[in-house]
Amino acid sequence: MAKENDIKKHYQNWKNHTVAKGTSRFPERKKNFKTTSGIPIDTTYFPREDPRETYLEKLSFPGTYPFTRGIQPTMYRSRLWTMRQYAGFGTAEESNKRYKYLLQQGQTGLSIAFDLPTQLGYDSDDPRSEGEVGKVGVAIDTLKDMEILLDGIPLDKVSTSMTINAPAAILLAMYILVGEKQNVPREKLRGTIQNDILKEYVARGTYIFPPKPSLRIITNIFEFCSKEMPNWNTISISGYHIREAGANAIQEIAFTMANAIEYVKSAISAGLDVDTFAGRLSFFFNAHNDLFEEVAKFRAARRVWAKIMKEKFGAKNPRSMMLRFHTQTAGSTLTAQQPDNNVIRVTIQTLAAVLGGTQSLHTNSKDEALGLPSEESVRIALRTQQIVAHESGVANTVDPLGGSYYIEYLTDEIEKRVWDYLTKIEKMGGVIKAIESGFIQKEIQDSAFEYQKEVESGERIIVGVNKFRIEEEPKDLEILKVKPEVRIKQIEKLQEVKKNRNNSAVEEKLKQLKACAENENKNLMPPIIEAVKEYATIGEICGVLREVFGEYKENIVI
Amino acid sequence: MGYLEKFLGNTRKTLLYRGIREMNKKVRILIAKPGLDGHDRGAKYIARALKDAGYEVIYTGIRQTPEAIVKTAIQEDVDFIGLSLLSGAHNELFPRVTELLKKHGAEDIIVFGGGIIPEEDIPFLKSKGIKAIFTPGTPIRDVIDFIESQKEAKNNE
Repeated sequence: MAKENDIKKHYQNWKNHTVAKGTSRFPERKKNFKTTSGIPIDTTYFPREDPRETYLEKLSFPGTYPFTRGIQPTMYRSRLWTMRQYAGFGTAEESNKRYKYLLQQGQTGLSIAFDLPTQLGYDSDDPRSEGEVGKVGVAIDTLKDMEILLDGIPLDKVSTSMTINAPAAILLAMYILVGEKQNVPREKLRGTIQNDILKEYVARGTYIFPPKPSLRIITNIFEFCSKEMPNWNTISISGYHIREAGANAIQEIAFTMANAIEYVKSAISAGLDVDTFAGRLSFFFNAHNDLFEEVAKFRAARRVWAKIMKEKFGAKNPRSMMLRFHTQTAGSTLTAQQPDNNVIRVTIQTLAAVLGGTQSLHTNSKDEALGLPSEESVRIALRTQQIVAHESGVANTVDPLGGSYYIEYLTDEIEKRVWDYLTKIEKMGGVIKAIESGFIQKEIQDSAFEYQKEVESGERIIVGVNKFRIEEEPKDLEILKVKPEVRIKQIEKLQEVKKNRNNSAVEEKLKQLKACAENENKNLMPPIIEAVKEYATIGEICGVLREVFGEYKENIVI
Repeated sequence: MGYLEKFLGNTRKTLLYRGIREMNKKVRILIAKPGLDGHDRGAKYIARALKDAGYEVIYTGIRQTPEAIVKTAIQEDVDFIGLSLLSGAHNELFPRVTELLKKHGAEDIIVFGGGIIPEEDIPFLKSKGIKAIFTPGTPIRDVIDFIESQKEAKNNE
């Protein structure tokens, strides 16, 4: 204690004299320094408490509760993170080629992007799909497309992440059936479905059904997988899109945790034991530009989740308390101006993710503010990860920034502010209430608005956008174009499938699905698998569910 | 062109009503998201920033069909429609909006757009009657300048 007071005295002294003298000659660049989420930043940091006294409680060792320093004891010393580039466009044939290319380039996992009609449960021939088929991902109408998409990719060797939410159960069913055709049983399949509907209402926008039936589908998936697919991540609870929509680092974690709490609650109230499903919950976060704040964010998130699971939900299995997460670099930080600069931004964000202990990572391509990434820019993005992994040395010890006065201060601050939000949301009656009242949306939008205002005023510098601009020649970047013919081709394929399948069987299976949907106590997975097996389309299956469950209507908040 | 000609040339609304309103009404802008894309950060920012700048702004919410957008625009008697799309469906959906406006005799509504729109698509969109395309990084000032200059041009017609 004596020593501690000593340090504090020295600090005051230093601040009053040495700093004052320094700043009289070289004033600080800003009156107030703060992180992107508004946490004040002091000139420097020093040990404010005896780290030996709080070490075990707040940090402890990697692989042990509260997992602040990482979920595995040796982290990247044993196995590097999974390098997983999100990809998919056009038809299943084209995407299949891109996946094989990426695997050949050393990528270690697949990440499937679906087009918007697939994500919203419309077939390619639906009028609402006009202009959207194959654009932001691959078009999937039936099991046939999935068979083509995964052709020649050994499902017992790769793990596959599928960014699919409202129709997650259908795509999971398709994956299981493709696995069966490859003679890989479902219990051996490894991968993730995003399956996180709550963030769709506030950020990403690909919801179909209202919250209640949506949560039922999710809980059905948890239950099904806990029995039949022990290696499958049943959900990827995502802060990524919340951040992209404009939230700051604290809000990203707080709202993600609030959503996660809702999923766990709903599964427990459906009668599931927490330790049977919690170990398969995974997370997905954003790696933004403010390097130290981001590292602290990941560390704080692990600590918060461990406490929630242990203290709030009484989990017993340490695995249930481990926050496993995928990271993607922040797409919204990429600029259309001087796009080569984006490679540097992505490098910093990669460091944030790795120093923060991510389990897998997608690095964005430099041309994503302009359009779909070309093969070359995707390769550079992957190389960025490989250079950080193999050349920078940052993967050689666990949590290398742990114990940094600044990082620990930020970790504590973020954690505190996350708890404040969680308490507030709980007082509102939970996250669904907070979404329905527009609270979450308003919080995100206010942050987005402030951020953009700072950019507009020049207070926040974006290199090449509001400072260091140059006259640029029309972009000679090669942007990937999805041709409008893709839709025509896709529709032809769909008609072919419909002609050759057993249509009365399809009808029968859809009828059974409807009956199941109408009975709240039944699990939807088995009848969905049955319908998919008969080549029922996504539009047909979602159509039946729309009929029973209705559709969610956006609560517009600006 | 004088006020009277402009007044007489307008067939979309009751002439008198339109004429009186035209003199002192605030500029009305519809910010709309056609297609299935859910990225609404930009649209919401533009809506709020234009509101702050003194315009009357209506935001449609996500996943609107071109038909619904045009219907709202006419019902709300707007002067401008700002379309925001990041999914790549702009070449199909933006021209649908201008076509439908024409079909309903509402081609005096000025349409502009924004989002992830490759440079090479811009001439095509302009040829379809989209007056301006604002790509990522555009300062709000540019959008306001555009609106003001279009307004002026319209008043001088």
